[in-house]
This record gives sequence, C-alpha cells and structure tokens, in this order.
Amino acid sequence: MAKYILKRFLEMLLTIWVIATLTFVLMHAIPGSPFNTSNGKSINAVAIKNLEAHYHLDQPLPVQYLIYLKSIITFNYGPSIRQPTQTVNDLIGQGFPVSFELGMWTLIVAIISGIALGVIAALKHNGIIDYLAITIAVLGISIPNFVLATLLIQEFAVNLEWLPVGTWQGVSYMVLPVIALATGPMAIIARLIRSSMLEVLNQDYIRVAEAKGLSPVLIVFKHALRNALLPVVTVVGTLAAGILTGTFVIEKIFAIPGMGKYFVDSINSRDYPVIMGTTVFYSTVLIILLFFVDIIYGWLDPRIKLH
Amino acid sequence: MSDQEPLLQVNHLHVTFKTHGGQVSAVRGVDFTVNRGETLAIVGESGCGKSVTSLSVMGLLPASGKITQGSIMFDHQELTRLTKKQMRRIRGVDLSMIFQDPMTSLNPTLSIGTQMTEGLVHQNKVPRSEARKRAVDMLKLVGIPNPEERMKEFPYQFSGGMRQRIVIAMALICQPKLIIADEPTTALDVTIQAQILELFSRIQRETGVAMIMITHDLGIVAKIADRIAVMYAGEIVETGNKRDIFYHPRHPYTKALLDSIVRIDLPSDELHPIEGAPPDLFSPPVGCAFSDRCPFAMEVCDHVQPLTTQLDLHHRAACWLLDKRAQAVRETVEK
Amino acid sequence: MSSNDVSESRQQSAVVHPIPDDWFRPRSRKQHDAERLVRPSTSYWKDTWIQFRKNKLAMGGLAFLIMLGIMAVIGPMLSHYNVTAQNLVMQDLAPSPAHWFGTDNLGRDVFVRTWYGARISLFIGIVAALADLLIGVAYGGLSGYKGGRTDNVMMRIVEILYGLPYLLVVILLMVVMGPGLLTIVVALSATGWTDMARIVRGQVLQLKNYEFVIASKSFGSGTARIIRKSLVPNTMGPIIVQVTLTVPSAIFSEAFLSFLGLGVQAPFASWGVMVNDSLSAILSGYWWQLFFPALFISLTMFAFNIVGDGLQDALDPNLRS
Repeated sequence: MAKYILKRFLEMLLTIWVIATLTFVLMHAIPGSPFNTSNGKSINAVAIKNLEAHYHLDQPLPVQYLIYLKSIITFNYGPSIRQPTQTVNDLIGQGFPVSFELGMWTLIVAIISGIALGVIAALKHNGIIDYLAITIAVLGISIPNFVLATLLIQEFAVNLEWLPVGTWQGVSYMVLPVIALATGPMAIIARLIRSSMLEVLNQDYIRVAEAKGLSPVLIVFKHALRNALLPVVTVVGTLAAGILTGTFVIEKIFAIPGMGKYFVDSINSRDYPVIMGTTVFYSTVLIILLFFVDIIYGWLDPRIKLH
Repeated sequence: MSDQEPLLQVNHLHVTFKTHGGQVSAVRGVDFTVNRGETLAIVGESGCGKSVTSLSVMGLLPASGKITQGSIMFDHQELTRLTKKQMRRIRGVDLSMIFQDPMTSLNPTLSIGTQMTEGLVHQNKVPRSEARKRAVDMLKLVGIPNPEERMKEFPYQFSGGMRQRIVIAMALICQPKLIIADEPTTALDVTIQAQILELFSRIQRETGVAMIMITHDLGIVAKIADRIAVMYAGEIVETGNKRDIFYHPRHPYTKALLDSIVRIDLPSDELHPIEGAPPDLFSPPVGCAFSDRCPFAMEVCDHVQPLTTQLDLHHRAACWLLDKRAQAVRETVEK
Repeated sequence: MSSNDVSESRQQSAVVHPIPDDWFRPRSRKQHDAERLVRPSTSYWKDTWIQFRKNKLAMGGLAFLIMLGIMAVIGPMLSHYNVTAQNLVMQDLAPSPAHWFGTDNLGRDVFVRTWYGARISLFIGIVAALADLLIGVAYGGLSGYKGGRTDNVMMRIVEILYGLPYLLVVILLMVVMGPGLLTIVVALSATGWTDMARIVRGQVLQLKNYEFVIASKSFGSGTARIIRKSLVPNTMGPIIVQVTLTVPSAIFSEAFLSFLGLGVQAPFASWGVMVNDSLSAILSGYWWQLFFPALFISLTMFAFNIVGDGLQDALDPNLRS
C-alpha cells in the first residue's frame, strides 16, 4: 500500500508540473504584453517598462519560467495586474473557502443521492421506480447547470419566494446553488451505480451469499454495494472537475463571492497573473482530490495493491 | 439401508420462467428423493433443467422463475410453502450450495475469513471468535495450508483449485444436512478435478452429509454417486443406482449419453454423439421429449408421454419401449 | 442405500384413453430439423438497427435529432426576420403569430435565433466528435497496435492529460486564442480525444488476441477480409457509442463557454449566448428569451444521450434475444 501511495504521489506532482508548464506556455503564447491592451487608459512607455520589470516580463523566458515555478512551489502567485492592491493569494484566500464549501456540499449531496437513486433503481429493476430513476438521471444529465440554476431562481426565489439568493450567508443561501450544481453529477453517479449494481447482483458471489441465508439488506450493503462502487470511484475525479468548473457559472448566477467569480472576472479583464494563478491552484486542488480518490479506491479494492 | 423417511423428497415439481419470448417450462414434473448421507447425481445436457431443479430446492429461483406445481419436502418441512424469511433460516443452516465457477463464487473485495464466517455469525449466531476457529478447522479439512494466515487474504491470492476448496469449506462450515453442488468441477483442470472429487468423498465419509451432485460428466458420476437421476428436457427419464445406470440402462437417452463419453478402452470411431438438439421448452412436445432424437422412436412416442416403469426397487425409467405392447420393437433394439 | 422411493405421481397423470396398437411400431424416421438456426442470420448492422428500432425512447430521440437537423438548415428561412437584425421598437415581445418565440431585448426574433443556434450547436458537436474520432482512432490505434514500450509511453501521456481539468484547459486556450467558433472547435478537439483513444486502444488490444482473428488468419483469409468481416463490426460498437456521447458533451461545453463570454461572439447566436443574454431578462418576466434556447439545449442533449444509450444496448450482443 505504501508503495502504491508513493507512486500515485509522484504521478500527482508530475501532473501538477505539466499543468503549470502548459499554463505558462499558453500565457506566453499571447502576442504582446498585457499592458499594451489596457482598457482605454494610456500608459506611457516608461510606466510599461517599470511594470514589466515589476512582473519580471523583461527577463528572458527561461528565467521567467524558473521564477514562475518558484512562485508555484511557494504558493505565491504575485499581484493582480488589474487590481494591483490585491495579490492572487488574497483573491484565493477570500474566494476559495466559499467555493470549497459550495463544491464540497455539492459533491457530498451528489454522491449520496446518486448512490441512493442508483441502488433503488437497480433493486427495483424494470419496475416503475427504476424507470422514474432513469428518467430523472437522463434529465439531470441533459439540463445544463446554468439553465437549472436560472429555473430554480425563477421558481423558488422569485415566484414562490421560499429561498433567498445572492451572496453566501448561511444554509438557506446554499440550497439552490447546491441543487443546481449537484443534479448533473448525481445523475451520472445514479446511472453508473445502477448499471454496475445490476451487473454485481448477477454475480455468482451474490448467489453464494444468498445460499448462506444472509439477509437481503446485508447482501446489498456488504456484498453488492462495495463492488458496485468501484466504477463510481474512478469517475469522482472527473465529476469533481465538472463541479469545479460548474462553480464558475453558479457563482456568477447566484452572485456568490467565491473564487469562480474572481476567475471569470479575470478572464473577462484578461488579468493574466490571476488567470495563471487560479488555474494552477484549481488544478492542484483537483489533482490532490484525485490522489485521495485513488487511495480510497485502493482501500475498496484489495486487488489494486498488487499492481 | 434405512427405512426412515428420506431427507429430501421432491414430488412432481414444475418450474416455469417468464421471458420476453413467453413462458418456458424448464422443469416438468420431476420426482426424486435423497436419503440422509447419500449422494444423488443429477445428470443431463446443459439446459435440461438440472440447475433450475437445484435452485428450486434452495429457494433461489430468480424473480422470473416460479414453482407452479409440486412439493419439496426437506427434513419434515414443505419448502414450497415457506415464506422467504423462513426459507432463509434453512439456507446456510441445513442446506448449502456450491456453484460452478470458483473464480466468481467468492466476493473479490472481502477477505476469505469474512466470507467464511459471515454465515455462522449472522445466520447461526455463533460468536465471532468461535466462528473463526471453525473456519480455520474447515480450511484445514479441505486442505488449505496455513489456514490462520490465509484467512486474512483475498480471493485473488488463491488459485482456482484452492478457491473451490474454500467454497466447499464455506458450504460445509454450518454443518448442513444437504449440500447441492452444481457442476463443482467443470471449471477446473482435470488433475484438480480429481483432487476435488476425492475431497468430496472424504468429506462425506467424515461428516455424513447428503449431497446432490449436478453434472453433465458421467465420469464424475461413476466416481462419486450412490444413485443417479438422468434428466432430459425438464424431466427425469431414468433413475437408478450406479450399477443400474451404467450396466443396464433402459432409456435410449441414457444409452446415448453413455455412448457419447470418450472412453480410453474403445477406439475413437466408436464415439457416438447424440444427433439433434433438445426440444424447445417454450412449447414442450406432446409426446416423449426425446422422440425427435431417439433412434428407436415409435408412433406412440410422438403423441403420448411415456409412463414411468418401475423396473426394480430403485430402477425406474420413462420410455414406451418398456411397455408390453412394444415387445417386438424392444427385441429388435436389444439385438 | 435407498429404499422405498416409489412415486406414483407420473402414473396418475398419465393418459387413460386407449392407445392404438399400431402406434407401437418403429416410426418412419423424421427429417432432423433441429439443427436449423433459430434466428435468421442477418448482417451486423441490420441486426443492430432491428434491435435499436425496438427501443421507442431512442427512436424518439433519433426522430428529434433528424428534425432538429432539418430545422437548423431551413428554420431561419421559414421566417423573414434576419438573425442579427435589431429592431428597438420590437423589444421583449412575448410569443405571438408575428414572432413565434417572441423577441429579445434588442428586438431580434428568438425563433430565427434558436434555429441559428441549433446550427452552431450541432456544428460544434459534430465537428468536435469527428475530431475526437480522428485523433482518438489514430492515437489509440497506434498505441494498441504497436504495443509494448510505445504503448506504455503513449498511455502514460494520456493518463496525465486525463488528470487535467479539461474545461480549465479549454478556458485557457480560449483566452489565448481569442473567443470564436473555430477556437471552440480547436479547444474542444485538443482536449476531448483521450477517452476515445483509450477505448480504441482497448478494442485493438482485445482484438489482436481474439481467437477468431487468429482463426481467420490461419484459414488464410486476406487482411482486408479480416478487417472488414471481423475487426470493424466488433470494434465499431463502443466507438460509435462514444461518438454519440461526445456530441452532447461538446454542445454543453460550447453553451458553457458562451455563457462565460468565451463562446461565439455577438451578433451571432448560440444557445449558450442566448441563455446568458436572457439572464437579466428572466427577472423582468421575459421567460421566452430563456425558455426556448434552454429547452433546445436540454432536449438536444437528452436526445443524444438516449440515442447513445439505445445504441449501446442494441450493439450489446448479450442483450439480443
């Protein structure tokens, strides 16, 4: 197990390095300096020179790259260009806790409700509940989260006035954004669990467990679910990535002061240090999450330690 | 020989399956008995209903299958009348089953120890430590070296033969009165097969458990069975003890089955496969199910189901050739 | 040994009417018809189509997609309004005989813009799926075919790429290349092929060792024949399913990017752009501006998903009866 964890850890570092380098290359592929395209204000040549020196843009690329790698290792992404009073770290510090809370709740809600829906559908295979669950699942996959978010606001906040929206002040503010964001991943998990559960329930070892006279509850939870979970664990990473990018639009729609909002703003204002910093930060968070998922997988499936 | 009531008595069992294509009559009026401590072999081609019969006894028919007629008396209890919950109290206590493929019979994500003991702990309310002790003893009995350490391991760490030993140990651990083994050696190498069969005989000697051995392999039957039931198209066409079936088969299907096995003592051109295929059980034949493939078929076979003829104390067969009126034909056949 | 297991059940149920004596003579031997095939042998694709046709939901999805394709072509022509023509007198009109889907905040006809959006969404979905197919088949095929070290290295690369949050990479690419239709296609293609490459590689590896391939080789079948008769039908299934599932995900990505302001640029309409534009309108009660593009994004993704599911079931030989 230790060897497996170490191997996954090194792979994780490699992936972070790849994404960091990719970000660097892409950002420097943009023609011209970010200051040439300033929004309407005229900045004189001396000022640009000073600014470029301040952001190390006058150095040769390899030096810039090393400075950049150092900033990543030290988690110091430098100041924003558009709002020089704030560093990227400040933005992350303000926005990340909110986004993290939103993302984690979404992930928890999606996983629990997705598993429940999938298991019930599989146990009632070809019954009304099964068809209902499949329909919910396909609809959940088909409706984009930003559409769902707008519908939810329209219905529950504007028409019915049941729940508040805008900002982030407590549980009641979280309900709608979490539902909007969790529905898609929930649907994907439900579909996966349903099909893997159906497959597992057909396995001989389930028949053996029945032959032992174990109760149906024990068979489902001890023998079937654990095996049916394996394919789901492998997609949790992808789902988490989807939830993360989903927070961009959800935070925008619900006016939640999270990191996604800063990220979208930085894209629109072409604030390159912020774009670079947040991208690398996001990727790192995701890749670390994937790392933990892999460890959970190793724990669920004893065969994995061998490879 | 004992004259007490048999351990298992199956009478006139009918099982049908609902499929998209319609009703399939998989088992059509099966009768057999198993006495305490003996081994009954149920022999037949795949699809003849032998596995369905055993699943009916276990109460493990899939949701699409249903017992439509007949009775299953096991140890003074009528199993067809029990609720699911009552049936569960019998499975894993007095009744055990061993499935065909040891590679898939064990849960890949649970340790051997957990899988060995869970039946005892949850079903028979044996304390965990006691259950572990018994599991170790059982593993020893089936010939697993270092059982204490191997209890912690997972199925992928065992070979196929070892896994089947574990599966057998698992079926035995509750000290059942009857074990149903559904083709327990089919998925194994020939050398391992012999070892496992030897293990079965030894276990039966040591524990006195009764067994139903489901198989299509007459070689296995010859080694292990006390009595044999030959199944064809959902019916038992001939029953008898080993000697009856191997040396005095009376049903043409039994004869054909015996002719079709590879025997080292005969030249290979004397191998006679049975031509044709079993009848479609969506619409079972009116007459004898074997008549289409039977080399001795008479007019009557197409129209009327043959009666079961009691040939001697244990030997019975269902064939029109055994009827008095068919004497002329029978004599030409036996030449 | 056993004893008195006499059973009379069989005897009791037996027929009682007399049997004619001449029935006890050898029967004239009947022709063996047992060996005829139960199912008529049909070609792989025809068989798949027959299976697929049974699935009503998937057929409905297919019908919807065909209609959507037709409307994407002729829809804008059915109305005399121009897709970009603004008319400030006609702002925010509700659906009416003049404007079937109403107008938006700049007085543009939502009906025309919706079908125009269908063009863009379908174009992006199909091009992205084809690009995935091309890159994925080339990469996965090469990796699986070469095997060994090459395969190892190529799959490591895929694994690392797979670990990247792909929408983030797409966003980066969009920022660098500047928003636009072409950029979206390039960005989606550059990031989306890894799944396809994995599937193709898996199929190729499996097929290389399939007994029937070895068998047809040993029977002296030509390579072209092996590929046509054995390899193509057996590999195409999962690949086609993957293609049908790539299309909706590309359509979603476009809508998502447009929503972030990185998609198709004004004055052109895509469904994502229309949803984004209508966000503020919804609070004023102009529901149709959101409703129609949102409905068609959802319906299109729904249709592609159920068609993909239907194909998957139809191609699965285990499910054939």
